[in-house]
Amino acid sequence: MSDHNSNDDVQPDGGRHVMTASPPGSSRSAVAQTGGSGRWTLVLIVLGAVAAAGGVVFLLSAFGVAPFSTFEVPWPDWFKASSSTIGKFGLMAFAVAIFVAVMALILLSVDRASKVPNWALVLGFLGPAGLMLAFGLLYPMLRTIRESFFDRNGANFIGWDNYVTIFTQSEFQIVLRNTMIWVIVVPIVSTFIGLLYAVLVDRTRFEALAKGLIFLPMAISLVGASIIWKFVYEFRPDQQGVEQIGLANQLLVWAGLDPNQFLISNPWNTFWLLIVMIWIQTGFAMTILSAAIKAIPDDIVEAARLDGLTGPRMFRYITVPSIRPALVVVLVTVTMTTLKVFDIVRTMTGGQFETSVVANEFYTQSFRQFNFGLGASLAVILFVLVIPVVVYQVRQLRLAEDIR
Amino acid sequence: MTLNRKRTGAAVVGCLAGLSLVLTACGDDGDDGGAATGGDDEGNGDCADYEKYTETYGDLDGTTVTVYSSIVTPEDQPHIDSWVPFEECTGIDVVGEFSKEFEAQLIVRVQSGSAPDIAYMPQPGLLQTVVRDTDAVVPAPAGVEANVDEFFGEDWRGYGSVDGTLYAAPLGANVKSFVWYSPSAFSEAGYEVPETWDDMIALSDQIVADGGKPWCAGIGSGDATGWPATDWMEDVMLREHGPDVYDQWYTHEIPFNSPEVADVLERVGSILKNEDYVNGGLGGVQSIASTTFQDGGLPIIDGNCFMHRQASFYQANWPEGTTVAEDGDVFAFYFPTITEEFGRPLLGGAEFVAAFDDRPEVQAVQEFLSSPEWANEKAKVSGPGWLSANTGLDISLLESPIDQLSAELFQDPEAVFRFDASDLMPGEVGAGTFWTEMTNWIANDKDNQAVLDAIESSWP
Amino acid sequence: MTTTPTPPVPTGDTRLATKPRKLTKAERRAVEAKSKLSSPWASGVAIILAILWTIPTFGLLISSFRPERQIKTTGWWTFFRDPQVTLENYEEVLFGSGTSFSTFFVNSIVITLPAVIIPVSIALLAAYAFAWIEFRGRGLLFVAVFALQIVPLQVTLIPLLQQYVRWDLNNSFWTVWISHSIFALPLAIFLLHNFMKEVPSSLVEAARVDGAGHVKIFFRVLMPLLVPAIAAFSIFQFLWVWNDLLVALTFAGGSPNVVPITVRLAELSGTRGTDWQLLSAGAFIAMIVPLIVFLSLQRYFVRGLLAGSVKG
Repeated sequence: MSDHNSNDDVQPDGGRHVMTASPPGSSRSAVAQTGGSGRWTLVLIVLGAVAAAGGVVFLLSAFGVAPFSTFEVPWPDWFKASSSTIGKFGLMAFAVAIFVAVMALILLSVDRASKVPNWALVLGFLGPAGLMLAFGLLYPMLRTIRESFFDRNGANFIGWDNYVTIFTQSEFQIVLRNTMIWVIVVPIVSTFIGLLYAVLVDRTRFEALAKGLIFLPMAISLVGASIIWKFVYEFRPDQQGVEQIGLANQLLVWAGLDPNQFLISNPWNTFWLLIVMIWIQTGFAMTILSAAIKAIPDDIVEAARLDGLTGPRMFRYITVPSIRPALVVVLVTVTMTTLKVFDIVRTMTGGQFETSVVANEFYTQSFRQFNFGLGASLAVILFVLVIPVVVYQVRQLRLAEDIR
Repeated sequence: MTLNRKRTGAAVVGCLAGLSLVLTACGDDGDDGGAATGGDDEGNGDCADYEKYTETYGDLDGTTVTVYSSIVTPEDQPHIDSWVPFEECTGIDVVGEFSKEFEAQLIVRVQSGSAPDIAYMPQPGLLQTVVRDTDAVVPAPAGVEANVDEFFGEDWRGYGSVDGTLYAAPLGANVKSFVWYSPSAFSEAGYEVPETWDDMIALSDQIVADGGKPWCAGIGSGDATGWPATDWMEDVMLREHGPDVYDQWYTHEIPFNSPEVADVLERVGSILKNEDYVNGGLGGVQSIASTTFQDGGLPIIDGNCFMHRQASFYQANWPEGTTVAEDGDVFAFYFPTITEEFGRPLLGGAEFVAAFDDRPEVQAVQEFLSSPEWANEKAKVSGPGWLSANTGLDISLLESPIDQLSAELFQDPEAVFRFDASDLMPGEVGAGTFWTEMTNWIANDKDNQAVLDAIESSWP
Repeated sequence: MTTTPTPPVPTGDTRLATKPRKLTKAERRAVEAKSKLSSPWASGVAIILAILWTIPTFGLLISSFRPERQIKTTGWWTFFRDPQVTLENYEEVLFGSGTSFSTFFVNSIVITLPAVIIPVSIALLAAYAFAWIEFRGRGLLFVAVFALQIVPLQVTLIPLLQQYVRWDLNNSFWTVWISHSIFALPLAIFLLHNFMKEVPSSLVEAARVDGAGHVKIFFRVLMPLLVPAIAAFSIFQFLWVWNDLLVALTFAGGSPNVVPITVRLAELSGTRGTDWQLLSAGAFIAMIVPLIVFLSLQRYFVRGLLAGSVKG
């Protein structure tokens, strides 16, 4: 890989004229070098064989197929954990080095082999991700779907009973209702505010600072954010000698109103909770959208300006259509994150007072009630809820393919 | 010390016999007692007490045992300290891990095959679930059985058993039938500690008439919100219908929405849902649900409220500098009886020590934790709020008068003791709907019958 | 809203370019944008939003320096009337436990760096394949990866831990690294794929005509353009890993040699009441590193996420 770096003539910072003007000339010579190096083919074959064998063993053991499920690896002590700081950093460097070496080997062999079949190429690029996803997400997901048809500890098959419970009992209907509220309100509001803010501060003198302030909540953990907002919503009674310590209630008091139990009085408490999520996700939306706004080609803006478009109309007819792909990405990503959110609800109300959402209820049922069957069905409902988003994404993808 | 102890003991017997007025009146001496003097001069360096472990289980030097627990700062440190003499004498390294996410994490680890060697189960209900749903828990070794039989007795053995097999010995314990109050505030206002339920209601009305709020409460506890309200139910059930109905209640021989339970809820509601009575310094009835149980009694110090029903361990929650004494800033009286019929029953709870491995060193630690040596070691290093139901516990080692009293009560063979019912109910109810419905009852003013029906329908 | 023909003001990005010559388009746009924002409405809204977003954090920051009693009885805004400052809360958080706080800090760093590098690299390769290599079933596979985003972390805990236990890897950094990498992949592939798609195909085609293979195109053509996007995603991934509690709690198994700051902070409040003073101080200690990372890499956000205006 080193020779890639030694003769790089493409400047990352050179701007568009550099990129369009100079095609990567050096690649021609590099390609010429590779011609006929048969040993790389050999390396590729060996590597592919090793990877395939490793992958098979890996998956067999992951699915609990004996004897692969029980093999023990005699890791040296330093490999598992070190108690000294230097040891830890050493281990970290070791891990990164191993990773880089493996990746380099895969890429080099894919690149240098004299005639790489397309499937090998795809395997080289997608293999590592595919293997990890299959092991870490796909397999647990399939397992969960299976579990959802079983009773609390997976002993007996009970068909759709868990789903019937969820859709007939009033407490779960509240959970489903809340989840729908979250998933509709949070993405739309945080994307809207993020976009608005990105446009407002774009190319102003204090842009960096202004963006930093909105981004700040992203730097705080969900648990930290919940602490901050619990403090904002904190309630003290309206009594002689007792002062409010939560800002929200103090504002009410200053306005001459009675302090309010924000986290208890439903159904509004769900909205007070999702404000926290909006507070966090707006930073994400603003960052991506702001970057997209900056990528709008100048000539388009210029032409629109010559046509007399300004302010809100410029926003409506030029900015929004130009960043449509980014808007879709942000909406979809925030929706996914919102569906999964559970820390906020768990930390702030514990799902009490009719504020629970599906992800939190899943955790409660599985890990507090040990009703793994019911928990699994709740997780499956999450999978199902995301289908509309997936369908939408497929259509976007088709559109993009057609344009090309 | 001995003299001191006898005196207290005698006084408590008096209390139980109903001669003395208030339980708390019986434990006024010895609060500066044992811990300070009894501590460091024994224990260290003397390994005679610990030789039996090496005799039974062989040479254990250099082995490690992991202990997993839901007990967190600052109460984790006394636990770590209590193992030290044992570790030094046997050479076993006992490694503690203390986490608030204990329940969820324990089940994840057990299911994944990476269970800790030993877990401190906060409730018997959890023990039962883990034993029944997984095969991971190892039955208690003979040494633990012997200790439980000798120092705890039949009832406690039952709480640590599943289907007749003893799995876990009790560890720490607490008495829940206490009402915290401020002696100085009481004497200032001329209030007397009530002995009967009616007295207590009369006192509450008196306080209301004087322009105060008699009660404060908080049932918030993260995802366990609601449990303090279930304790109210249990205490009142014991007093109103007696231990037998209590047993039928948690074993589901009577339905949860039966008239007996409805009576109890009604009575609890006459205090907790009475806007005149609650929630001193914290708000209205609703604020009970949003206040954490730890904060629930603190208004007593500011004089915003007068009474707070909470267990003996609540004394760890008073701010530093608060004197817990019969003539101090805060103290507790026995939750009064409703009728004379059932004597003076006692509600309590405890943790249990379950093991997931049968290596000799694990069994040695298990046996140690069920022994009086450990209980005494723990008593030496603990602050107020900790005690054990181990009858071998040297009560003079306990620092606080409340703890001494509680321990006396545990050791009294005549006392009618009942374990926290919600901890004995199936998890779906005892750690599920019972909590959430009590929370709804308070936060959303859910109707009594609707609450009971909902809990009943969730009983597995 | 008048487009005032003000002379170029040397600020921000345009500073270097301001010479007495004809303005470039970008400069003109900058100038016009500025005049646009001088609309009092626009700046008013921006300022209100900024204040709304900052105040909750600011209140907690003030609180973290106030004595416990003050925090619990009076609002933080009274601090300005009656300033009482203490460092006790921070001392308690930093030195209150048996294990030195720096241990947790080091653990957090050791966990975070590989958990950013590994998934971002793997996701880049996969995103490239989805964007620029033709193969059958590509669209379907991509949608599948995209859909995996919805698998909640909690679903995976038991299956993953079971496997790590079989490999005897539990309670080590490896499991935490692997798990974070896995969880990051769907979103990383999705986002990076979208950025890669935005690179004009003419660029890629030109390289291909020149005979460059996929590896070459990936490193020579796409990577340089994607630097800001990669930096941006890495920041997000850094923040998520740094702030994670659940993964660390499950896979690091509470071993003080492995667990990060968040685990320590989660135990901070202990069994006592609502310890606002400790929670507030703890929250700010945990925020320091993410803030430094964000502020120092923020320039990647201020420009577009693709280097240069490749569409121009």
